Amino acid sequence: MTITLGHFLTLGAILFALSVTGIFLNRKNIIVILMAIELMLLAVNMNFVAFSHYLNDIQGQVFVFFILTVAAAESAIGLAILVLLFRNRSTIHVDELNTLKG
Amino acid sequence: MAPLFMSPHLSLHLLLLAALAPLLGAVLVGLWGTSLGGNVLGRRLCHGLAILGVLVSFVLSAWTLWVVSTTGERFEQTLYSWMQIGSLNMEVGFLIDGLTALMMCVVTFVSLMVHIYTMGYMEEDEGYNRFFAYISLFTFAMLMLVMSNNLLQLFFGWEGVGLVSYLLIGFWFNKPSAVFANMKAFLVNRVGDFGFILGIGLIVAYTGSLNYTEIFAKSTELKGLLLPGTDWSLLSVVCICLFIGAMGKSAQFPLHVWLPDSMEGPTPISALIHAATMVTAGIFMVSRMSPYFELSDTALNLVLVVGSITALFMGFLGIIQNDIKRVVAYSTLSQLGYMTVALGVSAYPIAIFHLMTHAFFKALLFLAAGSVIMGVHHNQDIRYMGGLKKHMPITWITSLIGSLALIGTPFFSGFYSKDSIIEAVLASDLPGSGFAKWAVMVGVFVTAFYSFRMYFLVFHGEERYHLVPQVEGEHGDHGDSQDHHGSHVPHESPWVVTLPLVLLAIPSVFIGFLSIEGVLYSDLLHSALTVLSDHHPVMHELASEFESPLAMAVGAFTGLPFALAFLGVLSAYYCYRVNPRVPDWVAHKLSWVVQLLEHKYYMDWFNEQVLARFTRLLGRFLWQEGDQRVIDGYLVNGSWRLMALASRWIKPLQTGYLYHYALVMILGVFLLMTWFVWIKP
Repeated sequence: MTITLGHFLTLGAILFALSVTGIFLNRKNIIVILMAIELMLLAVNMNFVAFSHYLNDIQGQVFVFFILTVAAAESAIGLAILVLLFRNRSTIHVDELNTLKG
Repeated sequence: MAPLFMSPHLSLHLLLLAALAPLLGAVLVGLWGTSLGGNVLGRRLCHGLAILGVLVSFVLSAWTLWVVSTTGERFEQTLYSWMQIGSLNMEVGFLIDGLTALMMCVVTFVSLMVHIYTMGYMEEDEGYNRFFAYISLFTFAMLMLVMSNNLLQLFFGWEGVGLVSYLLIGFWFNKPSAVFANMKAFLVNRVGDFGFILGIGLIVAYTGSLNYTEIFAKSTELKGLLLPGTDWSLLSVVCICLFIGAMGKSAQFPLHVWLPDSMEGPTPISALIHAATMVTAGIFMVSRMSPYFELSDTALNLVLVVGSITALFMGFLGIIQNDIKRVVAYSTLSQLGYMTVALGVSAYPIAIFHLMTHAFFKALLFLAAGSVIMGVHHNQDIRYMGGLKKHMPITWITSLIGSLALIGTPFFSGFYSKDSIIEAVLASDLPGSGFAKWAVMVGVFVTAFYSFRMYFLVFHGEERYHLVPQVEGEHGDHGDSQDHHGSHVPHESPWVVTLPLVLLAIPSVFIGFLSIEGVLYSDLLHSALTVLSDHHPVMHELASEFESPLAMAVGAFTGLPFALAFLGVLSAYYCYRVNPRVPDWVAHKLSWVVQLLEHKYYMDWFNEQVLARFTRLLGRFLWQEGDQRVIDGYLVNGSWRLMALASRWIKPLQTGYLYHYALVMILGVFLLMTWFVWIKP
């Protein structure tokens, strides 16, 4: 069995769907949400790499590096916010962090 | 000065100096002579500066009149362009012709006299310096008004004199009646100014200019036009609007109500502003606009009828007044009516001539009244005067001269102007002249009666000044200064007061005799005014009948006006000297007439109870319904209520849970994708 573009895209879609579900269903922990976001980015990266290979265009892989860099920075900031949040509220439970509402 | 007289030409710099010298005085005195600038200047310096400014102005005005009358020069120059809106230029400029030069002289001369007089009259007043600042400012504004070459600057001066009038009527701002009076004057003048500015607006709309020369050049073009949407002649509407302005400023019926109340101000300003100069601004403006008024018989008729009503009915009111200043005030109203009548019959030069003579003798009468008020220690009620002739000889003789001039005794100045007005009305064939003839004739009798009623009550008869009630309430209200009441023996006023009286009495006697030919029948005014002789032949007829001032005066002894005036004096003599019971008997028999007169034809009642009440009701309705309900209720509060309601509906969407937001975001992306990928193509 040869692995075609379709397989890669399906894997990317599954990863993306997993992460979206993770954001929706998770009621416990903000860390899980951060991880789900990371996973979403990886799903996108998967598509980039796959298209890059099949179209013979290196630019897609270049883009992946940028996304990884930004994702790293983003998780660093996200975790830092998380630490501060925990210090202030003594919780990172998603259901309890709902002060931003109408 | 020699070159000036060698080759007399008007120069811009000297004219500018004439207008600005009083302003300079006013600014210096007003800023540094009062508490504004810390009272740096003392009283002597203040009156010195103010008088110097006006003196400079008077000398230059006299020189201007001399140049204009000898060379016939007409000077027009724009000084400064204030702003330009589209093609409309708003400028400051001077137009000097016979009319302007004459007005400048009258204004600055009377102003100078009043400045000198004020030194005596206001001596004990705390607001001494402030008063000088105001009257100098007034002189400046009045000069700007008369020297203007365009309607905008005229309007500036017009409002300037109105402002100073307001400030001076309420000069004693601690007196509630003075504050009421100045507010009344201001409001009534607003009514007139509303008409005036509408008139100016119409002129700008149809000629695109404010400059006299330019708008007069287009007067014939406007003649056939109608006001859009109506069948009214445009020129008639313009002239009536302008005349409404003149009615406010010159206190013509029914906008006269502010002038009697303006007597709450100090007497010098009653003489300067409310008798000699400011109130004649309306007469001046109508004369200046004569090229327009000449083309509208409708407007001239209105002018004539309004003038006649004022001349006659305001005279009646003078008969029953007991306040010495109010008698003179009603006399001023009546004389302004005469001037307006002269305007109505197209005898503009005569109106200006009467304006000039009236300025002298009425300023004289007012200043004499002020002198009397000082002499009897600030009592103004003529019932408590009497016999002042021997105590105040100079005031007595000058008052007599003023009264004789006022009633039109032959050879006195008032005779020449007033008799010319009567002649002009008799020669007129306007539809309104039938009533006007009757009104001016009866007016002569009435004028003579009230003038000499006052004269006899004040200067002759038994001495009643010690009978003055000591109650502050009744007369303290009108009292000029508050510190000393009492029944000391009256005394003649100091020289600063009597000098202006004498200086004003001289022209009151001679100016008519000397200047009637120059003013009425020479080019001095005729070059500045427009009279369509074919259509309104009054001036033409008068000129052809006129021989000499002497012949005119001698001929008048057999005329009806003289007989009426004589009869008026005689009846005043009989009623107030021979048989003092007659007035009471008449008042008893004709009590309803007296009631009507005492309530001033119920004009104040009508204004307060009907007009003001209706306006207040309208204002309250608009305030409660329009402002409070619609704007505040529906628009301001309504908009936040609507927003609050809407947000209450959509508030539940914002739960604060991150996954809800993410879901909405994903759904949004999904919907947009669906739209762009499947539906839109």
